[in-house]
Amino acid sequence: MQLNSREAPNEMRRRLLFSGLGVLGLFSALGLRLYKLQIGEGESWRSLSENNRIRLQRITATRGLIYDRNGEPLVDNRPSFDVVVVPEDTTNLADTIQRVAAYLEADGINVKALLAAARARPPYEGLIIKRDVDWNAVVTLETHQLELPGVSLDVGPLRTYPYGPVGAHLLGYVGEVSEAELGKHPGYRMGDLIGKFGAEKSWETRLRGVPGGQQIEVDALGRKLRVLSRVPQTQGNNMVLTLDRRLQAFTEQLMEPHDGAVVALRPDNGEILTLVSRPSFDPNVFARGIKHDEWRELSNNKTRPLNNRAIQGQYPPGSTFKIVTAAAALEEGAVTPFTRIFCGGGYHFANRTYRCWKKGGHGTVDLHRALVESCDVYFYQVGQRLGVDTIADYANRLGLGVPTGITLDHEKPGLIPTSDWKRARFNEPWFAGETLSVAIGQGYVLATPLQMANLIATVANGGTRYKPHFVRRIDNPAGGVLESVEPEVLGTANLRKSTLLQIREALRDVVNARNGTGKKAKLDTIEVGGKTGTSQVFKMGKQIKTHNLAKHLRDHAWFVAFAPVEAPEIAIAVLIEHAGGGGGAMAAPIAHDVADFYFALTRGRSYQLAGGADSRAEERA
Amino acid sequence: MRLMVDRRLVYHFDAVLMLLMLSIIAMGTVSVYSASWDPHSARASAFAWRQAMWATFGAVAAIAMVCFDYRKLERWAYLTYAGGLLLLVAVPLVGSVSNGSRRWLDFGPFSVQPSEMMKLALIVVLARYFHRKMRPEGLRLRDLIVPVLFALPPVILILAQPDLGTAGVFCFVVASMVVLAGPSPRTWATLGGVALCLVPALPYLLSHLKPYQLKRIQTFLNPELDPLGAGYHVIQSKIAIGSGGFSGKGFLHGTQNQLKFLPEQHTDFIFSVFSEEWGFIGSIGLIALYLALMLRGLVVVNRAKERFGALLAFGVLANVFWQAVINLGMTTGLLPVVGITLPFFSYGGSSLVTLMAGLGLVINVNMRRFSPERIPNF
Repeated sequence: MQLNSREAPNEMRRRLLFSGLGVLGLFSALGLRLYKLQIGEGESWRSLSENNRIRLQRITATRGLIYDRNGEPLVDNRPSFDVVVVPEDTTNLADTIQRVAAYLEADGINVKALLAAARARPPYEGLIIKRDVDWNAVVTLETHQLELPGVSLDVGPLRTYPYGPVGAHLLGYVGEVSEAELGKHPGYRMGDLIGKFGAEKSWETRLRGVPGGQQIEVDALGRKLRVLSRVPQTQGNNMVLTLDRRLQAFTEQLMEPHDGAVVALRPDNGEILTLVSRPSFDPNVFARGIKHDEWRELSNNKTRPLNNRAIQGQYPPGSTFKIVTAAAALEEGAVTPFTRIFCGGGYHFANRTYRCWKKGGHGTVDLHRALVESCDVYFYQVGQRLGVDTIADYANRLGLGVPTGITLDHEKPGLIPTSDWKRARFNEPWFAGETLSVAIGQGYVLATPLQMANLIATVANGGTRYKPHFVRRIDNPAGGVLESVEPEVLGTANLRKSTLLQIREALRDVVNARNGTGKKAKLDTIEVGGKTGTSQVFKMGKQIKTHNLAKHLRDHAWFVAFAPVEAPEIAIAVLIEHAGGGGGAMAAPIAHDVADFYFALTRGRSYQLAGGADSRAEERA
Repeated sequence: MRLMVDRRLVYHFDAVLMLLMLSIIAMGTVSVYSASWDPHSARASAFAWRQAMWATFGAVAAIAMVCFDYRKLERWAYLTYAGGLLLLVAVPLVGSVSNGSRRWLDFGPFSVQPSEMMKLALIVVLARYFHRKMRPEGLRLRDLIVPVLFALPPVILILAQPDLGTAGVFCFVVASMVVLAGPSPRTWATLGGVALCLVPALPYLLSHLKPYQLKRIQTFLNPELDPLGAGYHVIQSKIAIGSGGFSGKGFLHGTQNQLKFLPEQHTDFIFSVFSEEWGFIGSIGLIALYLALMLRGLVVVNRAKERFGALLAFGVLANVFWQAVINLGMTTGLLPVVGITLPFFSYGGSSLVTLMAGLGLVINVNMRRFSPERIPNF
């Protein structure tokens, strides 16, 4: 180790000299810079500081538009006049806001909230008092401009939903970013709009764009003198949905008298054509800034219009679940297509009688007839042979009990009970009698309308489970394709061809045979397959006439359908809450009309519209 | 420990260096007072007092750094480095978040910024390394591998906080020490060649990134980066400095500062506050103080007894120098805004204490330049 310390600094001397010169050079440069700023340009900076009137204005990014599958705009932007105040330029902010409120004769201005918002940010940043004022208000404010220093009118884009409540649950809405959201999303400022619900929320990053801004110099009254620098905004991307606006609007109309949900999707790729949840709401109310009482009314409404029943509503699937039990029975060999079971109107098991919906019984039935006529006793016995865990396995394979993964928030998974589940949940063993309820889609079983639509689609297409999606493409503002959404396979049901064939044959006869429970879904020229379901909300000790029952205790009506049977193009799930009638009476007609209208749209003139949908279809199309 | 029994040690204590440092600290504390002054209530918040308290702690730390033979540090180098790194690793695990990045460790009533301590530790390790590697014909390229490996972990950890500015200062300090240690002509040529190749490749690489990717990288490195926000800060800072004019607006009379137009006024933009109130005279005076501190420091390096001391003192000075240049450059609008404070001047406890401790080491090197060599007992 050479450690001759004497020589150390000598070899550094030259480098140190250079370092010293470097230090001198850089500090001199800074000195010169200071000379330039403070002596050379001192006067002009001084005048700028004396009336420091440089304002930072945010240029909102134009949010991307949303189109349906045929290019019809579902969500648009239109210019709106917003009343803006810059707190620093007012003499008395509270007074100014009150005056503006008086001129506008508007009741929706919350002075307290605005003052609180103003305190939370720099005084030179504009604050929106009211969005989207009408022309009269514009004129009034212009004429009183001198009394209202600091108040100005800004033109900004306002989100509009031209069809109002149509598809509201899927499209969602936007609103001003909340404080909680500010914490989670960097890059947002107070006053920015953000997607709060539906596609507007879950596709926020694609739709939003990049806000720009400008530094402007204003005079002492806050009037704009010139733009010092400017960063332009970047428009958000446009979305093309798989939704068909016409079918959506038509279905929405059909469901108007009911609470419930309808989902229609393409079995061959999972594209959602229609997603209706009733009652609905008007997203325009949110875009222009929802008033307090409006919000209270919406959120406290007992029918829960903000709830997207298609993905958040979990209902017992009732007899539609027999599709699952039938598939399990055939695959597991619990029955063959020729196995016959006698139904005398009830089944005695463990000291209890489990009723069939048909009091007098169905007589001797095989699987086909049991599905067509929806015989409960047949499925009680099949369920007993299978056991709950086997049924659960097939239910999972067909997509029940797990969220479908649609790109919307708050999707519910439904519930498919197993013996393990029950032990974990209630610390109780599974009772064999409970399996009987599960076999006919009652008991603990819960499913969302979207899951049921996907289930029937999976059966229809031969066992492939696609991820239901509603976005087909994202386009950049210039029109080029940014990303296109490809169908995604979630899994396969792994059912034998013969099983699927057997079930599809039965489902065809549910609609087309004389003894079928779903005859009301029959179309004249195109074969429809389907299954009815009536799920009990209330365990009835003895038969009570439905109209004597309080509405919230009445049965839910289900119908799941696909058509054409041979080469399915559409799968439909209809759910009507507390319908007061069975699936065949209440839900099947809706599925009929939806299918009918769909084929009228796709087959064009060559397709003859059946019965009632005729006039309506022409009106809406 | 025997405390400075040697009379000669006291005699060689560099009072000039210490007085230069103390004057800068005093001016800084006064500016922090002004920055936290509220004209409405005619009161200042506690920042200035706290800064004075930190300065006292710093003085204790500096004295501690003078009391032992700095050459002992050569033996403690790895330990220091490991300790610093340990603190830095703790930051992402238990550190506290402010302004969107995690830079602090909380210790009861006060919190520390381990990146500041890590800087000193890295300087010590590098000083030790170069001390042994230096050769008359210059450093070979392969001699630079180990320093880079030493610097990499802290730089990566600090980038992840994220604190782009501090990571940059680390790199500048390492580069400065390499330059002092003296790469061979061949190493210079290779490094220059690589740099020359990278410069034209850079725009090519950048142009192949999609705009959103570029943006993502930018926001990763610097989350506060908002073209408009940062631009706004710079223009307000320039207004403050420029409007100070020749003699300034007077103590507590800077309008830019008092009206809260200046962002981060007691930390990153403290110079704007000072410059607005004390004008060109004050600013040039402050820069002259920094210049004097640097040149005096370089004299110490030049006189140091052996290479370890010279490298150690030089590293400490390089840190002060680059921070000062970057901060002054950004407040005057010459450099982009990265969060770097003005050394000895901005408000901030960890930074002030470690900077003062560092200068204590420089004074130590100067004091012991005639002391017999005692360390190497390998």
